[in-house]
Amino acid sequence: MAKEEDFNTPTDRRLTTLLAQAGNRHDSATGAISVPIYQTASFGHPALGQSTGFDYSRTSNPTRLALEETLAAADGGHRGFAFASGLAAIDSVLRLFAPGERLVVTEDLYGGTFRLFEKLYRPLGIEPVYADTSDVGAVRAALADPRVRGLFVESPTNPLLKIADLRALAALARERGALTIVDNTFLTPCLQRPLEQGADLVVYSATKYLAGHNDVVAGAVVTRTPELSERLGFLQNAAGGILGPQDAWLTLRGLKTLALRVERQQANALSVAEWLCRHPHVRRVYFPGLPGHPGRDILLREKGGWGGMIAFETDEAARIPGILSGVRVFLFAESLGGVESLITYPAVQTHADIDAATRQRLGINDRLLRLSIGIEHEQDLIRDLEGVL
Amino acid sequence: MNDRTRLIHSGRDRDPYTGASSIPVYQVSTFDQPDPEHLGRYDYARSDNPTREALEHTVAALEGGARGLAFASGMAATSSALLLFQAGDHLVVGRDIYGGTYRVLTTLFKRWGLDATFVDSTDPDNIRGAITPQTRGLFVETPANPLLQITDLRATAEIARAHNLLAITDNTFMTPYLQRPLDLGFDVVVHSATKFLGGHSDVIAGVAATREEALGRRLKAIQNGFGAILGPQDSWLVLRGIKTLAVRLEAQQRAAGELARWLQARPEVRRVCYPGLDAHPGHATHMAQARGGGAVISFELADGPAAVAFMKRVTLPLVAVSLGGVESILSYPATMSHAAMPREERLSRGITDGLVRLSVGLESVDDLTADLSAALAGV
Repeated sequence: MAKEEDFNTPTDRRLTTLLAQAGNRHDSATGAISVPIYQTASFGHPALGQSTGFDYSRTSNPTRLALEETLAAADGGHRGFAFASGLAAIDSVLRLFAPGERLVVTEDLYGGTFRLFEKLYRPLGIEPVYADTSDVGAVRAALADPRVRGLFVESPTNPLLKIADLRALAALARERGALTIVDNTFLTPCLQRPLEQGADLVVYSATKYLAGHNDVVAGAVVTRTPELSERLGFLQNAAGGILGPQDAWLTLRGLKTLALRVERQQANALSVAEWLCRHPHVRRVYFPGLPGHPGRDILLREKGGWGGMIAFETDEAARIPGILSGVRVFLFAESLGGVESLITYPAVQTHADIDAATRQRLGINDRLLRLSIGIEHEQDLIRDLEGVL
Repeated sequence: MNDRTRLIHSGRDRDPYTGASSIPVYQVSTFDQPDPEHLGRYDYARSDNPTREALEHTVAALEGGARGLAFASGMAATSSALLLFQAGDHLVVGRDIYGGTYRVLTTLFKRWGLDATFVDSTDPDNIRGAITPQTRGLFVETPANPLLQITDLRATAEIARAHNLLAITDNTFMTPYLQRPLDLGFDVVVHSATKFLGGHSDVIAGVAATREEALGRRLKAIQNGFGAILGPQDSWLVLRGIKTLAVRLEAQQRAAGELARWLQARPEVRRVCYPGLDAHPGHATHMAQARGGGAVISFELADGPAAVAFMKRVTLPLVAVSLGGVESILSYPATMSHAAMPREERLSRGITDGLVRLSVGLESVDDLTADLSAALAGV
């Protein structure tokens, strides 16, 4: 468990304060504490050839900009970009690549990203090469292919929570001239800052922890360099998969409590994971905060945390329907990262797009359940699971 | 169920039709009626709106009341509660209640024949001594604004019961997470939900909760009749704010305690008012009725010029009216909350020109002390 002193590194202290005041002091005209929702498509020009800095909301909108500046600052990046969904954000990043180029991709990938690669990008000639990104050697071997121009890593992975050594992988990719992209949805900048470990781009489903209330669909990209910002800015404006002002404002509102939520979720998750480990009907628990988890030392080295996601295997598949219909505090629903705890059945929900043989090989079997731990009281969560197990 | 869990799962936190994990914003005025002779559960959104109802249900659950009601502002909630009385009735009211409540009592309600006597409610004998044969209710606020004096809620409720009075309290500074007046014998709790409940300085709202269903029905009739309801979008935002109430308040309260002790040690600070401090005169009473000192501190600098210079030099807290948000807010009672009060009256109550009020947000305590330290050094 990351102790308070680990959490309060100088950077985190800066982050806590930054998040609490996210978007404040943006409206100098009125002094309004909360950034206004600029529900506007276009902006008037003071005179011919002059601009207020805002012309058309697809290009830039003041509400979205307040969110984008917060995202960039939180990850220590050059610029942030807000998109209509996490997949719209990932899609924009993949547009940086050209036909004939390959990307090394985490093998137990989020089903939606997998579908994007397989159904949309592979037919265009941009090929994913799947690798176990928790194995540095496997990634090194995959990067040897000269056609590889990018490395797309999810860490922790979904749903089995394998941890990648981002610092080592980013260094390898840089040697090969490949861009490193990290999907940091599970840990957020509070617990993992990939750009500081050498990655070039960070992507998020902001629907999850960043917005944090299961009430908005949003995505984000943060870039490390001005050159990448220029390219992403072009893609965001040209392809237009932007986030609207109301949703941008809600995401910004969510970010204000991100540090608190994540801290509580992580503490609750550790208690639930430890309890699951002791339960006779639980065969295996996947949680990077447990001693013995192979990724724990990497997270500790980077002064990060383990987050609020847990996967576990029950002893028999017949138990699953009763668990899913019997939970009272947990909500049986897809998605994750909200204030409320959710339970998901990966084999039929999030990972249905991955073929059965691959699922089996990865360990996503029909006895596996995934928990997204919320900020409820941990004893209520444990009691709920006790009742159905 | 633990309070922390109840904030997330009040029972109306899911849409019954689609299963959506967030209750929809029912931006609607009226509802189609399949049977013109027997109207459905919802007929007109002033009377009942499913989004507002989800918030009202949550407020009732949190306060441990029979009924919750949501209003367009904290003052709409307070004024609606005061409409429970009739012309000719008399109220005993805490002297240090919120200025807006003082204003409606001394102007609007006074004109309608509702009479109020203001007493220092920190001593229950003062309340007892002000009761007349016409007295029908008590209205107190604890901690009071801005000096955070403490009123004994149990003792006050006891007086109300003995004299058959309706006991009302404004629980804005504490929220039900830290203090539950209905459990201590009060009949009605009102809030400015703009503050800690909404919590993000981005919505104006009020709520009320009643201990008993019959009283709840009367207040509901006032809400429907006068119509100062909370709109669906704002209801939804307050509900969203409430989900993080526990984590926010715990962090803010912890930070406020650290800051209060830090301020006590500063030579530029003459006194610190915070009920979480052992030295606070109401500390023992407060800790017997609340789960902590809360997140608002007042402190006094040498004089008016020192306070003004300090407020001009701080960079991290916003200088503004209001409190309870995720961002720290510094207020100057002399020109803000208590500007309408004659100076002599204000000074006699201890609200000096050197007094500033700090609502502690979620920023890091180290950043806040660094900022306050730099600003204090210059005064």
